[in-house]
Amino acid sequence: MQKSKFTRRRFMATTAAASAVVAAPFVRTANAAGKLSVGLWDHWVPGANAATKTAIEEWAAKEKVDVSIDFITSQGNKILLTIAAEEQARSGHDIMAMATWQPAERARNLEPVDDIMAPLIKQNGPVNATVEYLGKIGGKWVAVPATVGSQLKGPCSRIDYLKQFAGIDLKAMYPAGSAPKADGWTTDSFLKAAEACHKGGHPFGIGLGTTSDSVDSAGAFFHAFGAMLVDAKGNITVKTDPVRQALDYYKRLMAFLPPDVPSWDDASNNKWLVSGRGSMIMNPPSAWAVAKRDAPQIAEQLWTHGFPAGPKGRHGPFLPYFWGIWSFGKNKPAAKALLTHLSQPKAIESMVVASQGYDIPAYANLTTLKVWAEEGPPKGTLYHYPNPHNHQILSIAAAPAPHKIAVQIYTQAIQTKMAVRHFQGEPMEKTLDWAAKEVEGFMRT
Amino acid sequence: MVDSAIRVGTANGAARGGLHRLMRRKSTIAFFMALPLIALLAALVAYPAGYAVYLAMLSKSMERFVGFGNFTFLFGRDTFWQVVYQSCLFAITAVVFKAIIGFVVAHFVHNIPAKGQRKWRGMLLVPWVIPPAMSTLAWLWLFDPSYSAFNWVFDHIGIGRVPWLGEAAWARFSVILVNVWIGAPFFMIMYLAALKSVPDQLYEAAAIDGASWWQRIWYITLPMMRNIIAITALFSLIVTFANFDIVRVLTAGGPLDYTHIFGTWAFRVGIEGGDIPLGAAVSLFMVPILAVAAIFILRDITRRGSEV
Repeated sequence: MQKSKFTRRRFMATTAAASAVVAAPFVRTANAAGKLSVGLWDHWVPGANAATKTAIEEWAAKEKVDVSIDFITSQGNKILLTIAAEEQARSGHDIMAMATWQPAERARNLEPVDDIMAPLIKQNGPVNATVEYLGKIGGKWVAVPATVGSQLKGPCSRIDYLKQFAGIDLKAMYPAGSAPKADGWTTDSFLKAAEACHKGGHPFGIGLGTTSDSVDSAGAFFHAFGAMLVDAKGNITVKTDPVRQALDYYKRLMAFLPPDVPSWDDASNNKWLVSGRGSMIMNPPSAWAVAKRDAPQIAEQLWTHGFPAGPKGRHGPFLPYFWGIWSFGKNKPAAKALLTHLSQPKAIESMVVASQGYDIPAYANLTTLKVWAEEGPPKGTLYHYPNPHNHQILSIAAAPAPHKIAVQIYTQAIQTKMAVRHFQGEPMEKTLDWAAKEVEGFMRT
Repeated sequence: MVDSAIRVGTANGAARGGLHRLMRRKSTIAFFMALPLIALLAALVAYPAGYAVYLAMLSKSMERFVGFGNFTFLFGRDTFWQVVYQSCLFAITAVVFKAIIGFVVAHFVHNIPAKGQRKWRGMLLVPWVIPPAMSTLAWLWLFDPSYSAFNWVFDHIGIGRVPWLGEAAWARFSVILVNVWIGAPFFMIMYLAALKSVPDQLYEAAAIDGASWWQRIWYITLPMMRNIIAITALFSLIVTFANFDIVRVLTAGGPLDYTHIFGTWAFRVGIEGGDIPLGAAVSLFMVPILAVAAIFILRDITRRGSEV
């Protein structure tokens, strides 16, 4: 029988080899990195995909990686279905673009990316708390914040109507190129402005349906009152005074909104503004971009600015997109290298420019790019869109609840339903009972 | 030794003969000829159905087996019962109206002279042949909260605006209306085919006996069409219960979940909400309801078939 002697030298050699295999270094030699499959979100803005495609192709050519890219639409939830199918099948793309809640939902099947996030944060500046809440699960980064698709759904208002009906000079309150002078822009003044514009025949268009735009607006107003349905520890906090205050506020606000807002979807508010009927909506600059193309006289009157401040601060609804690497992906080292490349300032700026300012990087150092200051008409209309002066707390509806609960609160649109139920005459406590029972049902594990 | 060899040989021969006979049986041949279809059904129907049952018995995190836990959980949810109510209301009301409209229109078309009938049949089938997701999109624009074409007309003739999709009752009416619009032509064409197969002699005999229009319908047309009415109703009931696109495009289940049916709510909970086991459990609730309906209707048809 042959015995093998395991010497110290041999142990060192084996350990080194094993470490090399485990770490799976991304070797930059001809075709050494093999193939990489990338599933990305198909951007709304025409031409916006091109910047991402160019950046990926540049990297692929340099690193000799055979990259295939699929741009997957979110129309009809196609990208969501693709993610769900790939997760079930444990097969598909190596990198997948994931909207807001998806990294938390899929965390157990995503490759941790702490090793690339740490240097990116060091290089690009810190990310806001919402990005961290959604992308860092159980103390580990499970996805890289994507520039493409990340957006802030603040108010986009008519300069002329706000001045005419409510006496508010938006350009003075949110001057292009300098810090906001919006101390007086509070939930109370917002309500007065809503009433004035309603009287003027051009109501604010804030949806109260079950789609993302409606839920995000409700989330920001709830946060402004410190109202949360479930706290960070998972305790139900529906029956609390801040929630009552938020509901009461919404009841008063809804009286000045179009009567059909409970049936609005994410297109309704855009149409409301572009048609010239509305004086304000809560949306990223896509409505403005459509107006620029289809109704330039309206686009010239639009100004994107910050949310009103409530008793618990000024919250802007931020919806980050992420790039995740499946744990069952076949080429993780190359995937990490590509995501690092796509998170470089140059690549990020090209994406923001291609999206006409729609996309917002998650990193603090990259919210003051030239594009937002220069886009127009009117020039500077997007200056305050990326929150360059950290004037707002970027938040998301249903936070800080544990993710499994929060995603249900968000997708089931519990906050907007509460607002509508109460507005339609249901007593406050009955609405709270209903919400508490719904939320209780989300506690399942 | 020789004996045993003969016995073995005989046994082998008998086995070969039995297999040969088995292979020559008509039922065996039929089975093998149907095998590709059976395999297809197993792959495309049995496996997904079995997988759905398996999923419905997992915990939310899909890491534990919870048996009927998801189903008992649903029984305690108000929204679930609202969905059950709406699914039944949606399916039954839509099928009844589709049947009535289909029956009436089939009679109209049946009475059109043969020369021009094809054109009418073609035109009346248009709603059924357009993909529902597309035609529902057109309805969505007609019902649009802010720019409804109907409301524009109503405004101009002095009737107030109707919140087609904004109020529960109107939203329920709207989704049923669109389903009836899409589905009625199917009933019409089935009933028309049935009407054409009713022998004219029966009507002539009834006319000689002095039967009224209503009596001819009640005592001749309806009994002769019973089976086709039952089968069409069952088929439509199944399809309408399992509907997704109309509600999804028009209301996405809103306002306040009042128009959710099993399919749309399962999607909301399972795919959008990330609770796939609960979504699977919701979608499986259609099975017992449809199975009971199928048993009753098919039993009635079989009974009448054996009477004939």
